[in-house]
Amino acid sequence: MSRVVLVTGVSDDFAARCARALASLPATTVIGVDLVPPRRPLDAVTFVRADIRSPVMTGLITGRGVDTVVHLPRRGPGRSRAAAKELAVLGSMQLLAACQRAPGFRSLVLPSSGEVYGSSPRDPAVFAEDRGHDGGPRSPFAQDCLEVESYARALGQRRDDVTVTILRMAPLMGAGVRSDLTRYLTAPVVPTVAGFDARLQFLHPADGARAVTTAVERCRPGIYNVGAPDVVVLSQLLAWLGRPSVPVPRAVARALRRTRSRTGLVVPEDLDGVTWGRVMDVRRIADELGFQTHWSSRQAAEEFVALASPGVLRRVLDGRGAEEGNEDG
Amino acid sequence: MAEPDHVEPDPQDDHVADPAGNAQGAPAGAGGTQDPPPARDPLDREPVDLAAVLAELLQSGGALLRQLQHAYPGAVRDALADPLATLVSVAAELGVDWQGGVDDVVAYTRSRLSGEFAVDEFGFDPEFTERIVLPALRPLVRSWFRAEISGLENIPDEGPALLVSNHAGTLPLDGLVLHSLLHDEIGRHPRLLGGDLIFATPYAHDVARRIGVTHACPEDALRLLEEGHLVAVFPEGYKGLGKPYSERYRLQRFGRGGFVACAIQARVPIIPVSVVGSEEIYPLIAPLPEVASAVGWPYLPITPLFPWFGLLGLLPLPSRWSIRVGEPIATDELDVRAAADPMTVFEVTDQVRETIQDTLYAMLQERRSPFF
Repeated sequence: MSRVVLVTGVSDDFAARCARALASLPATTVIGVDLVPPRRPLDAVTFVRADIRSPVMTGLITGRGVDTVVHLPRRGPGRSRAAAKELAVLGSMQLLAACQRAPGFRSLVLPSSGEVYGSSPRDPAVFAEDRGHDGGPRSPFAQDCLEVESYARALGQRRDDVTVTILRMAPLMGAGVRSDLTRYLTAPVVPTVAGFDARLQFLHPADGARAVTTAVERCRPGIYNVGAPDVVVLSQLLAWLGRPSVPVPRAVARALRRTRSRTGLVVPEDLDGVTWGRVMDVRRIADELGFQTHWSSRQAAEEFVALASPGVLRRVLDGRGAEEGNEDG
Repeated sequence: MAEPDHVEPDPQDDHVADPAGNAQGAPAGAGGTQDPPPARDPLDREPVDLAAVLAELLQSGGALLRQLQHAYPGAVRDALADPLATLVSVAAELGVDWQGGVDDVVAYTRSRLSGEFAVDEFGFDPEFTERIVLPALRPLVRSWFRAEISGLENIPDEGPALLVSNHAGTLPLDGLVLHSLLHDEIGRHPRLLGGDLIFATPYAHDVARRIGVTHACPEDALRLLEEGHLVAVFPEGYKGLGKPYSERYRLQRFGRGGFVACAIQARVPIIPVSVVGSEEIYPLIAPLPEVASAVGWPYLPITPLFPWFGLLGLLPLPSRWSIRVGEPIATDELDVRAAADPMTVFEVTDQVRETIQDTLYAMLQERRSPFF
């Protein structure tokens, strides 16, 4: 049985990686959609330049016989809040509306974000999928993800022949990953929240892409957390990176985030995620979809560190080590 | 509006009126009237001990000063050149027994600062706990509190169990003492469940996570039990910590019995733990609930020494501690569905609470004095 998969937002590196991974599955045709052409060749993926908010999508999905849609969320850098919401939430609404119209459409895979769980001192240390996420402050991106998830579930209820798989992913980490979090980690000086060493869980993009292909292949409805099972803490990661950190009180960190465009200091949008950190229970996807990550959080972080430019502290320490070595010699 | 005292009979009064409570004098009257202090009130002895504590403190402070004078100035320069090594050696002078010597600990701390360690998903770092926290705690537990533990045969050598303990002392030192003793005696790390205030407070969050404390919620408790850990819970919570000194060793309400539901669900035994000595370390004289709620705390830590003596007031009084581990209460003959049956949960909660309260009264009767 052949399969036609539509992947949105393929100008993004991770989406392109997912699209290429899907195209390597047997008997699978992959169509990549975005407004901007991808930076790197998509190999076997057919690129269609289209806006997911436009009525063209209905024709595209029906005309090409698309049965599976992989809709990736995105947090573009430097976009204004209104524009980001416009693209994320309204774009998703319109795409899902087009899917609902298409008779051949069978499955929606929605890679969402673990940020939807939020993070606070009142939360459990490890989030399971059935954890309610009522109230509580969320980053704007997490709010968008929650909204898109709710539209996806609604689509599943309206079309009971459609399987909706939601993948809540841990932050991507690995060589060359560019995200809000990695920009924060690679700033020359990293402001941290004093007295809070966040527990961080990562997902290597290769594992992320494999999770998406597994979800497409297995076609099981439900919500699944995706991430490596182990944890690294923020101070550890900054030590590996050799980045000097400046502990500031939480209120100051919040103020820095609001004024980050003016101060030049990078504080991630998801400040709670680097204060208390966030760890997800990844047992469900292992049990039900048989998916396990190849990269641990630590390995993903080490790969990222190896290719990141060395921070001031690491250069100083390595330099001192070299000098001592010379003296000994 | 009716007075709450009459609408809701306070369950804890029934237990306080228990005959075993004679050691503590008359039962508490309903409606919050203050009892006259019992005849052998430990408070009577307190001024004497206070003086002894202060004397001891001055003495050790003097010793430290003399040492510094003796060492000056070459050693001071060395000390400033390597503050980490200095800190570790000073701690060693003060009676901390770093296993494996000062240099080892300094090297370990350096490697730790460069990120060479691993934590579990709760942030627990066993190596840091065993090499830094527990050695630093040992003098406090062994020499200052002279803590003793009995009934260890009731704790399984491996596999999950839920320890349930009374909670007192304004600051949650009882958890640390329990951790130190259990690790020294049976080599297991009890994983403590703590209130959200710990995790909302800077630095307290980090220390707590490092030594394996996690938030007291059913999700975390179940996860730890499923992984086969020894979990310790203090169901009285802030109500136990922040009760005035006049109500010492009277158990507060045991939450809503969430810990029982967890134990039934995970099919693990509940082991009651009674701690005597924790109430006297920081006698709370004025919880001032109105002022406390204005600053967002469950109570104010106002003791005879704090805040009047500043940081010195944070030194706990040297009460003699005694911990008794009771016989396990099995939950595996109960149906797993009983976890959702409030009646069963209430019954087991009461059973655990009464066991601990009776043991506390028995231990208090045996005790000669809080401090000796």
